[in-house]
Amino acid sequence: MKAAQKVFSWSRVLAVLAKEFIQMRRDRLTFAMMVGIPIAQLVLFGYAINTDPRHLPTLIEMGDSGPATRSLIQGLKNSGYFDIQGVIGHDGAGAALASGRTMFVVSIPPLFEEKLARGERPQVMLDIDASDPVAAGAGAGAMPGIVQQALKPFAAPGDIPVETVIHRRFNPAGRTAVNIVPGLLGVILTMTMVLITAIAITRETERGTLEALLTSPAQPLEVMIGKITPYVAVGFIQTAVMLAGARLLFAVPFLGNPLAFLVAVSLFILVNLSIGFLFSTMARTQMQAMQMTIFIFLPSILLSGFMFPFYGMPVWAQAIGQVLPTTHFIRAVRAVMLKGAGFGEVWANLWPLMAILAVIATLALRRYRRTLD
Amino acid sequence: MTENVIDVAGLTKKFGAKTVVDGFDMKVPKGSIYGFLGPNGSGKTTTIRMMCGLLKPDGGGGTALGYDIVTQSREIKARIGYMTQRFSLYEDLTVTENLAFVARLHEINDIKGRVAAALDEYELRPRANQLAGQLSGGWKQRMSLAAASLHDPQLLLLDEPTAGVDPKARRDFWERIRDKADKGVSVLVSTHYMDEAVQCDYIAFIAYGRKLIDAPAADIAKEVGLHTWRIEGGNLHAVYKQLSGAPGVDQVARFGAALHVSGRDAAALARAVEPFRADHDVMEAKTGMEEAFIYLMGGAEDNFK
Repeated sequence: MKAAQKVFSWSRVLAVLAKEFIQMRRDRLTFAMMVGIPIAQLVLFGYAINTDPRHLPTLIEMGDSGPATRSLIQGLKNSGYFDIQGVIGHDGAGAALASGRTMFVVSIPPLFEEKLARGERPQVMLDIDASDPVAAGAGAGAMPGIVQQALKPFAAPGDIPVETVIHRRFNPAGRTAVNIVPGLLGVILTMTMVLITAIAITRETERGTLEALLTSPAQPLEVMIGKITPYVAVGFIQTAVMLAGARLLFAVPFLGNPLAFLVAVSLFILVNLSIGFLFSTMARTQMQAMQMTIFIFLPSILLSGFMFPFYGMPVWAQAIGQVLPTTHFIRAVRAVMLKGAGFGEVWANLWPLMAILAVIATLALRRYRRTLD
Repeated sequence: MTENVIDVAGLTKKFGAKTVVDGFDMKVPKGSIYGFLGPNGSGKTTTIRMMCGLLKPDGGGGTALGYDIVTQSREIKARIGYMTQRFSLYEDLTVTENLAFVARLHEINDIKGRVAAALDEYELRPRANQLAGQLSGGWKQRMSLAAASLHDPQLLLLDEPTAGVDPKARRDFWERIRDKADKGVSVLVSTHYMDEAVQCDYIAFIAYGRKLIDAPAADIAKEVGLHTWRIEGGNLHAVYKQLSGAPGVDQVARFGAALHVSGRDAAALARAVEPFRADHDVMEAKTGMEEAFIYLMGGAEDNFK
């Protein structure tokens, strides 16, 4: 005979608890998330993300050369804010900034050494890509002090040797919305396109409907095109909504070539759909597909330059960022919308998207064929 | 006259190191109902999938509807109706939408007319605009059969179509299958139910990837070579215990209020049941399909486990 049933039994609680642990351990993806995400977040937020970015790419326009100029450039280098990457010709500043190749252009005017020696206070100009106010702010704030310090030996004591002129391009008012909103387009497309595709295809596997599709005369390619096309349309609708919102709510300008924008958006949607498709070939359940999406979504937010200045991150984090499609897309969109870029400037961001698309699509198709068997 | 809709030989399939189907031969005559029996996990579904070109065999080959199962799966798919074991239509589409979708996949002309005809033929009208997910098992199964038959396939492959369906719906379903066969459609159906197996023209029994028996349904009992006695009355459980494993007795199985005692050696079996005549009704019985299969399954485990 068994004892009378207790109202509350710890051994029953233990039974459920033990079962839960077994299931948790069996579901590797969930387990990976539980362990991996805190570690990844810790590393990313601790090391990679830097709201006081240093070592930002800088080009010098050399109108003159001499000991004072050398001292000035050395001063910029030593400050830690500027990473001098080379010299640029006259009038090249605009294109270099618009393409995102550099964040700062320091212009030394002609006859700089002479004027300095005569105490005429020549102008040193700093052109900034201010579309990201955070990244721009640090360099802009430090610049005048660095210049005065570097040129002190060339001026009379107590005199201010040069005038530093700072020219904030693309976002003179330093509004963060101007920078965030175009980036948000990239993040939203990443999240929805990858997730929707991965789930829509995994659902067919999970519910057994894929088997029926495969027994019908429909070819795998026909099924794939038919399934993915509606989500391309969804992506374009999202883009239109975001653009309208950016314009009407946040007064974000659209200065560049709409066709270049359209090409970038189309490429990016395709890349994300193929990532979703790849995930769907690996996930057995919709839940797993969702978890996989988080693994691409988190780095896309944190390492793409969306939330934190890209060049403020350590080199290894930048390397991860470079293989994320969102990084290149956000650059392209910011260039077109805020900097008035066309195909010429955006090409540097388009070809990486194409390369990523080629790699992911090949992988996805290969895995898809295998799952059919 | 004896045209075979399925003619395969030596079909073999391995998943990793495990051989799931091993040297499987089969011929299905046109217009016949071929029952496909075997325990769970015996390779029935894998075999069916190979025979309709969905799965490439690792060895062996053959034809379905005259097309090569390895190289012409596209031709085969267009001409067969395959009802999967799991319900595989869209639960978030209505009955009509599901049928229309399948009709489009098969590029049927006059989709509307064909779907309407199917709704009538399979008596799906009352639920035509209901979501498939809300239907009960019997309705789902009828809808699946309608979907699998929309393009008038010459061969129906039904993978455990009646699993989880109530007895009345099962009966109704088998009448429909019989109708199809009368119209010249060949049917290959896998099942666990003996009352369904009896209705087939031919039966193949497969266990652990191998075919154990393949014969006209009427000859199965004879093929197995069992003799059976029926014992009724008294404490049958005690009898069951005493006879299990007794000399001459290969199998003791309970059928309702009776025990069926079977063995291959008729004389030894008669001697074994003799002592029970005093307290029980003991009579000779015809070996049924169920005894035959329980026997085969028991032997299969010994041979292949």
